[in-house]
Parts: sequence; C-alpha cells; structure tokens
Amino acid sequence: MPLFADTPEVLVTLAQYTLLGLTKGSLFALIALGYTMVYGIVELINFAHGDLFMLGSFVAFSLLGLFGVRSAGNPYADAALLLDCFLLAIVFCAGLNVLVDRVVYRPLRNAPKLAPLVSAIGVSFIFMNVGLFWGGSQDVNFPNLVSDDNLFGETAKIRFTAKDLMVIGVTVPLMLALTVFVKFTSLGTAMRATAQNPVAAQLMGINTETVIATTFAIGGALAGAASVTYGLYVNTISYQIGFQNGLYAFTAAVLGGIGNIPGAVLGALIIGLVTSLGSFYVGERWTSALVFAILIVILVFRPSGLLGSRTREKV
Amino acid sequence: MKPYRLGWEPAIFLMLLAYPLLPVFESSFFALTKRSLGDQMPTVFIFAILALGLNVVVGYTGLLHLGIAAFFAVGAYVAGILTVAAYPFNVPFPVVLAVGTLAAALLGLLLGAPTLRLRGDYLALVTLGFGEVVRFGLKNLDAVTAGAKGLSPLPPPTGAETGIDWISDYRPFYYLTLVLLIGVSLVLSNLERSRLGRAWIALREDELAANCMGLNPAKLKLAAFALGAGLAGMAGVLYATRLTSTAAPDAYDFNRSIFILCCVILGGLGSRPGVLLGVFLLVGFDNILSPILDTAIQQNFPTTETRIYRTFTGWRLCIFGLALILMMRFRPEGLIASSRVKHELHPDEAVAATVHPVTLHGNRREPEGQS
Repeated sequence: MPLFADTPEVLVTLAQYTLLGLTKGSLFALIALGYTMVYGIVELINFAHGDLFMLGSFVAFSLLGLFGVRSAGNPYADAALLLDCFLLAIVFCAGLNVLVDRVVYRPLRNAPKLAPLVSAIGVSFIFMNVGLFWGGSQDVNFPNLVSDDNLFGETAKIRFTAKDLMVIGVTVPLMLALTVFVKFTSLGTAMRATAQNPVAAQLMGINTETVIATTFAIGGALAGAASVTYGLYVNTISYQIGFQNGLYAFTAAVLGGIGNIPGAVLGALIIGLVTSLGSFYVGERWTSALVFAILIVILVFRPSGLLGSRTREKV
Repeated sequence: MKPYRLGWEPAIFLMLLAYPLLPVFESSFFALTKRSLGDQMPTVFIFAILALGLNVVVGYTGLLHLGIAAFFAVGAYVAGILTVAAYPFNVPFPVVLAVGTLAAALLGLLLGAPTLRLRGDYLALVTLGFGEVVRFGLKNLDAVTAGAKGLSPLPPPTGAETGIDWISDYRPFYYLTLVLLIGVSLVLSNLERSRLGRAWIALREDELAANCMGLNPAKLKLAAFALGAGLAGMAGVLYATRLTSTAAPDAYDFNRSIFILCCVILGGLGSRPGVLLGVFLLVGFDNILSPILDTAIQQNFPTTETRIYRTFTGWRLCIFGLALILMMRFRPEGLIASSRVKHELHPDEAVAATVHPVTLHGNRREPEGQS
C-alpha cells in the first residue's frame, strides 16, 4: 500500500506544493539574508548580491568540471568533492563580496545613498558580464549528483526527494548558525549595535569597518552556499539566474522587513509558498506577477514589512 | 533663480535639424562605417524623450523610479491596440500619440497615489515591482496583447495617400521624433523654471522644509509621476510605430528601466542637457558604436571561433558597469551637472554666491542613526 494512499487528493496536492514551497523558500532565505544583513548595516540595496550568487554557482560548476564528475560514481569521492565545492563557493563569494565592498562601496560611505546604490547596479552588470563569458548565453547543465528518488518510497503520492532533503539540510543549519552568531558572539553584538546606531557604536569602541566587512563576508558566504545548493537542486544554471533569484530573495527581504534577520527567513518562506502554490492554483506564468503584486500591497499597507517594526524610518 | 541663458542646446538641435538637409554628412558617415546614422538617430530621440520623462521623477523631484519601462510599454501597447489590423479601431496617429501619453500618465497617477507615503528605497522597490507586474501582465493577457509575440504590424503614421515614405526613407521619422523631442525639451526647460519646477526641486532638497513652506508634497509627487509616465508613454507610442511592432513584453523589463536610469545618471540628474548627452552616449554606444566596432573586429581579426568575448558587444555590461562605478566615485553629479545637484554632492567646494540660500540650508546631512 503506497504512502498517503488514503489521503484525499486535495490535501495531497496542497501538502505536495507546500513542501515544495518551503524547500524553495529556504533556498531564497539564504540569499535574502545577504540582502537584509547588508541593508541593516549600511543601508545599501546590494543589487549585485544576486549576481554574486550566480558567480558562486559557476565556481562550483567549474570545479566539478575540472574533476570530471558528471554523474554519481563513487559515493565517498562524490561527497568529498561536493564538500569541496561548497567550501570553495563559500570562500569565493565571501571574499569577492568583501573585496567589492572594500574597493567600490567603502569610498562612498559618506556619499548620498544614491551613489552606492548605482555603484551596486554597476557591479551587478560586471558580474553578469563575467558570468556571460564564463558560461555563455545559454543554460548550462549542472551535474546531477543528488538522487531524485522519493524518500517516502517510489509509489507514495507525495514526493520528497533526497534533493529536497539536501536543501533543507544545508539551509536550516546555516540559518541556525547565523542566529547563534548574531545573538551570542561579541562580533554579532557589535553588528546589532552598528545596525541600530553606527555613530553610537563607534563611540562605544566598535570598529564599524570590521563589522561591515564581516557582514559582507557572511552575506557572501550564505550566497555561496545557496549557489551550490541551487545548482544541485535545479541542475541548470545560466548567467541570468542571479537576476531572477536575486529579485525574489530581495522581495523576500523587504516582505519580512528589510534589515530584519528572522523577517528575511519568514519573507522567503512566504515567497517560496506563493510561487509554489501559485504555480498550481493560479498558473505558472502568473506567479512572478503575483509575487510582485504582494510586494506592492505589503509595502503600501505596511511599509516596514511584516516583522520590520525595528527598522528606522528617517524623518 | 538663475537668469535664463541660451546654452549650446539650441545649437545642437539646429545641427540635428540641418543634418538630413545636407546628404553629404550621411553619405560620408555611411562610406566610413557602412551604417546609416540617420536611421539610428530616431531611436536616440525616442529614448531621449523617455529619459527626460524619467528625469522629471528622479532628477527634479528626487524619487527613485525603477519601473519607467512599464509606462513605455503602456504607450507602445496602446499604440498597438489602436492601430493594428487585428483591432477595429484604426485611429489616426496624432490621436494615438495623445491617447498613449494620457493613458500612461493616468497609470502613473494610479501608481503614484498609493506610494505617496513611501520614501527612498521602498519607493524604488514598489516601482520596480510595478514594472514587473505590468510586464508579466502584458505577457500573459494573450487575448489583448498577443502574448510573447507582441502586436504587429503597426501602420506608418500617415496613410499611403500622403505620399510620405516612412519605410525606406529615414527622414520622416527623424523629423517626427526630433520635433517632438525639441518640443518636450522646450516645455521642460520652461517648466524647470516655473513655480511647479522649483517646487519639485524644493521637495527633492528637503521634503519637510518644502512642506513647511506651504507646498503640498502629495500633489507635487503625483504631478511628477504623471508627467514622467506621460512622456514615457509618448516615447512608447513612437517606439512601437517606428518598429511597426510593440515588440515582445520582455523588451520592457527591468533592464530597460535601469538602462534609462543609467543614461540619466551618467548625464547628470536633473540636468536636461546632461540627460540628452547621456542618452546620446549610451544609446549611441549600443546602436552605432558597437556594431561598427564589431564589424571592424570581424574584418581585422577574422576568426571562425564565435566566443562572446571576441566581440565588442560582449563587453557591453562590463563597460556600462565600470562607467557607473567610476562616475559615482569621481563625478557623481554627472557629465553635465545641474548646479544645484553639484552643490549638494560637493558641499565643501560651495561657492556661496552662485547658490540660492534655500539650497544651502536644504543641503543638510542627517546624522547617522537618527530616528
């Protein structure tokens, strides 16, 4: 007897798409955290973040190509290689993000807000161009290393594959680690202080430049982890994935209240659910419009986002 | 208030008006590059109208707008619906132009009204989201907009009976778009110095102070949104008529909005001649310079390899990105700066005598973390 055979059809579809939505949402959450943390500290909408994520996936792709792994072979070697992929993408994205901050955004710290924003758009253009040179203008197949087998058994009516499990296995621990870091370490405390009031933080002896660099590093690292997970989960990458996913993640960050870490996760899960349930109940092609319509409605009626009471509105 | 000076702008416009009268320029440009400059210029003029519209919102009023392409699309699709053979309307071109402009302006009011409370980044996001919603709407409403294909063919602005050749001769479109651009530019140059224009600038400099002086921010913002959207709609009508197709909805995506924003920022926020220069540089880069250089590379370094980085066009985003970053670092006020913006960005180099006192006080640096 297959699993969930007795469950009514309506509930099965609902559960299936909810599950998918939560998986997708937790992936968006990793990217959204990078947006929200940077915004919380330097009030910059980092338009280049999505494209950083895209470059991370190309780093992992190239590393996998270098070792000639195209399909699952020796499981231990594969696992080790995957771990290397994750590490390399994380280090690459974190390093690149810090470098960009140091070279591009830092000289503009006291400039009007439009200047770093426009520079971020410029950085995103350059990243996209690099991605275009790297992978060409077509979709690239990312090696399918994680199995598509249904963990509930092949005959079960609800599918939950090893891939879905991998996404959750990567994202949830990272989010927990981030929470612990921000709440309980001294650097995390310094971060919260800087987000609240940079001048006061500086007066208390906090080196805000270190805090900013750390924020960019963490945001980049999360994007790096997300990029490999995305490649393994979706199996196609292209130079344009940064734009689309970045926009969704960014919407998620705003939805939850930009600058607010739990808010970004909540927002991302909601966006994941909306895209997933929307694709079934409203139609695949309307999901993007739906996401942005929700963004507009939320911003108009609750401009600080769902959990965003802490964000400051400057008068 | 600055006295009105005749800058080099009228001179440039006169030169542009004279260009088609002296075919020697066109033929020597063609001999040099194997491309017709006159054929490309209408595109530059159309985008210049679009950028001037965006400049009203971003430059004068200081509202960051990331969805201008939506209004451009509305103009194009209104033109499409009113003129293509699939619909029974078959409206004459001047009416189409007026309706397209008005429809886009109305939509601008519709977007503006609920967003009045929003500031800065949040406003930018709502406009971005709005742009994407309009694009997906156009894409998915197959029955009205022909979906991903777009509406075509749009008839030329005048029928065959007038004897004007809109297809093989570049001049009719050249003059149509240029005259409209000059008209828009004239209206804006007067508007800039009018009560409304100065109120917009006051709002940009300091909303609170402007409000205290008795200006109504809500009305002013709505006026800016409507005017900006209307000009974008006008540009959209011209664009679709010129292409003889509304193009696919994806032609009006976020990248288009950002591209126009880049033109405005590169040239100089709030500075009309600057915006015109920015459009000329960036659109000229895409439509005139890149193809010429690509052909030159092909001829001088023939290769069977078709790698993207071997073409000049392949480097487009890199060059744009670098230009934006360097501009923001070294000349954030743009190539031809508006004096007020320049002063705001370089307060230390202020020459008090040339600056209106309101600007001096308006140029306040908020202490970080003030709540």
